[in-house]
Amino acid sequence: MSRERRRGVGCRAQDKDTERTTHVLDETGSVTTAEPTKETRSEEDLDLPWQVVVHNDPVNLMSYVTMVFQRVFGYPREKAEKHMLEVHQKGRSILWAGMREPAELYVQQLHGYLLLATLEKLS
Amino acid sequence: MEICRHNDQIEISELDPFLAELLRQIPASASPDGVSAAEERLFSSPTNGKEPELCAEWKQYVEPELRRLFQSATETVTADLEQLNGNEKSLVNRTLHIPAKHIDAWLNALNQARLVIAVKNNFTELELSDHFRSPIGSRRDLSLFQINFYGFLQEFILRELDG
Repeated sequence: MSRERRRGVGCRAQDKDTERTTHVLDETGSVTTAEPTKETRSEEDLDLPWQVVVHNDPVNLMSYVTMVFQRVFGYPREKAEKHMLEVHQKGRSILWAGMREPAELYVQQLHGYLLLATLEKLS
Repeated sequence: MEICRHNDQIEISELDPFLAELLRQIPASASPDGVSAAEERLFSSPTNGKEPELCAEWKQYVEPELRRLFQSATETVTADLEQLNGNEKSLVNRTLHIPAKHIDAWLNALNQARLVIAVKNNFTELELSDHFRSPIGSRRDLSLFQINFYGFLQEFILRELDG
């Protein structure tokens, strides 16, 4: 996924504007007050968290799924196995929740390992 | 057939012609061959069809990268399988060497093949968990055997990765 695209995806909808007054020390040593500048804060910062969900798939081996969770999320074996069993027994498991951009990257990696993974907006 | 790890490679030895042929079919089996269900399984929706804007961008930017990743894995496996080229007689008791650095490509290609075969044959969860179905009496039985054989190889490789 290109950086440009990810930015594009992450910064959708309206931006929140905030004003900041800047004080500038010029060459003569005097302080002047600059015009207030506008800073933009993307909605991503304020957005609801997204969750990375892995769904059950009868083909993928349990040991393979455990290995993928360890590799992608850096989870210790015990935690990876817990999630794998949850996927197996309940049909799905929430592996991670947070901002949209890293969530997309996690799902992309999981798809690279051929797991059934989706992004869901936390409600 | 024997399978073991020697130094920095996995050796599959005493391969009979039948199993050698199944191994040679990994790259071809991993191809969706235009079957849309298989294509959809390899390139599944990131949102289960919700968030159409995200799905469209995913198709445009992520899918080509995944396609390259999967193709690269099958190409690596294809190159390793050249060790098995030859006529049936020459395949008796052949040994296949898989370098450790190719292990991820093998895991990926085996998984692609297993998923595509399962989708093309529309296997049920019950059939997929029947590891002892025998004898091979139909093309469908053979496909199920193929899935289980590839799964066995994956299990072995994963155990070796675990040390």
